[in-house]
Amino acid sequence: MTHPDGWSRTLSVEALARVEGEGAMTVRVHEGQVTDVQLRIYEPPRFFEALLRGRDWTEPPDITARICGICPIAYQMSACQALEDACGATIDEPLQALRRLLYCGEWISSHVLHVYLLHAPDFLGYDSAIEMARDHRAVVERGLRLREAGTDLLTLIGGRESHPVNVRVGGFYRTPTRRELHTLRGQLERARDDALETVRWTAGFDFPDFTQDVVMVALSEPDRYAIERGRLVSTAGLDIPVAEFSNHVTERHAPHSNALHAELDGGTTFAVGPLARFALNYDRLSPVAREAAEAAGVGPDCRNPFQSIVVRSVETLYAIDEALRLLDDYERPSRPFVPIEPRAATGHGCTEAPRGILYHRYTIAADGLLTDAVIVPPTSQNQRSIEEDLADFVQARVTLPDDELQWACEQAIRNYDPCISCATHFLDLTVERS
Amino acid sequence: MSVTAERPTLAVWKFASCDGCQLEVLSLADRLLTLTERIDVAFFLEASGSRAEGPYDLSLVEGSVTTPDDARRIREIRAQSKTLVTIGACATSGGIQALRNFADIDAFTSIVYARPDYIDTLAKSTGIADHVTVDFELRGCPISITQLTEVVTAFLDGRRPSVAPSSVCGECKRRGTVCVMVAHGTPCLGPITQAGCGALCPAYDRGCYGCFGPAETANAASLMDWWGDVLGVDAGSRVRMLRTFNANAPEFRDESRRQDEQVDHDTP
Repeated sequence: MTHPDGWSRTLSVEALARVEGEGAMTVRVHEGQVTDVQLRIYEPPRFFEALLRGRDWTEPPDITARICGICPIAYQMSACQALEDACGATIDEPLQALRRLLYCGEWISSHVLHVYLLHAPDFLGYDSAIEMARDHRAVVERGLRLREAGTDLLTLIGGRESHPVNVRVGGFYRTPTRRELHTLRGQLERARDDALETVRWTAGFDFPDFTQDVVMVALSEPDRYAIERGRLVSTAGLDIPVAEFSNHVTERHAPHSNALHAELDGGTTFAVGPLARFALNYDRLSPVAREAAEAAGVGPDCRNPFQSIVVRSVETLYAIDEALRLLDDYERPSRPFVPIEPRAATGHGCTEAPRGILYHRYTIAADGLLTDAVIVPPTSQNQRSIEEDLADFVQARVTLPDDELQWACEQAIRNYDPCISCATHFLDLTVERS
Repeated sequence: MSVTAERPTLAVWKFASCDGCQLEVLSLADRLLTLTERIDVAFFLEASGSRAEGPYDLSLVEGSVTTPDDARRIREIRAQSKTLVTIGACATSGGIQALRNFADIDAFTSIVYARPDYIDTLAKSTGIADHVTVDFELRGCPISITQLTEVVTAFLDGRRPSVAPSSVCGECKRRGTVCVMVAHGTPCLGPITQAGCGALCPAYDRGCYGCFGPAETANAASLMDWWGDVLGVDAGSRVRMLRTFNANAPEFRDESRRQDEQVDHDTP
């Protein structure tokens, strides 16, 4: 690897703290001007990168899944890719397809959780989905049914929806039979209709007039919507293999946060997640997803973070459509996993977690034990973008009373789906007016 | 949310964790919207922004205690809760983050953070029962939704939850899964791990990795000797297998220390 100037100095900020979790926000306003916005992540650190040192090279998929109970598949997939890269292994295409199918299950369950249970109540003026269900029972039930299409897919392939047990470096412990998988077909077909309805429903919400001009980064593949692999591309022209991630993205430790802040190419703020994927890969959506997006009025030029709820709904539809395609093409792979021998090397992995790219890097020693681990989750990559969003957003609404401003800010933060615990009303907003 | 006097109140609390067990609580409320007809969700940040004041009839606690502030917070929560149930491996035994208990916390902090001075953390990650009295501990990483339903239902009915402390082996037998250790020589923690997952891993052709923690009367020493002598699992691997999501559970912790002493002898 070649490094730009100053790389080694930045690399000493070698880590992630907590990914998702508890946070608070402080906005400072001085004489009508927003002077400072801080998203503080005070989720206690759990030291994953430290505790991975000395562990066996086969262990990161199970261990790193525990970073996030909402998107464990993303952690397992990035970990497997990095370790397989280190060992120089190539995974059979049918096993790759099964991984993509499993990942579709996580996109469906995570996106629907966020759209229906966390974000929609903001737009409709409820404190929670439970309250929303009193007035909109059929809608909430549609959401629960839709989410179940994702969790049932996760459970069938992975064993359970949270921290699935069936993923290993090289592939799976046991692959499902075609007959087993096809028990999900009818449910997925109904879910496709529910997802279409979801796109129409969210497209009808009122969106604050707000756009943000920010560099967007996502994985990209030439012939399909990137999920479990791809090259890293940006709206500013970046186009690199995953192995060059840390040459371009650096992390900085701010005093107010237990998460590290990421910057692109020497200080540029960037955003990852559904809007970034849309901006960079829109033309590779399936026809049904693209038609739904067009009807809903969201396209690759969408820069309003509040519309991310519509984009997430379109991606849900895509994930269901893609799952159906993969299911139809599925033949049980000839072997459940590719046998791999560890070797002394460093490997990189990056996949599209529901909330944006998730990067892993591992160094394996000759004895098969890990000597180094680096994990850069989407939330830390988005943190600066969220803060800048908030500064602009608050500035335009600085005369609002505190409670209205707080509601708007919470909604703005949830645009990024930072994760369930921080995404939901974690916000302990302090507005200091002087 | 309106609070009526007749319905008991539920609070859900988070400490150091991945949120996976809270997600199971949310799934429970999901599938049984009717549950909210029997219980008032008074405090559950993951699901709702409304925050009712305590005291609470039932508190579910996720996560382990890892900071001085959390050690204080759990005592306040206990004081506000008539019944307190821990959910998951973190709350019960300290979770994966308890691996720090076997290491130097300052070294850990400086590996992860450029500015360790910004970080406020305890040297050990501990379960809730190390700090306050706990009425019931629900195991698992993550918990099983079936067992969670049983715990909440038992609470509403005013009885003790029926959760078996026996091992995973019984679940394999009931499920009709062939023993992966006997038939394939795959190391499996099932004989010393508490049931509850439905013997998931052996059904997927892998050994149990102990995410529900030690079963009642677990004989970890005997199993580890068998792994070493019969299956040829080296001491380093034996230590690592015991030190995952329930590393700080006494039966796993003590045996992993005993195995750790053998690591040097084992190295060729």
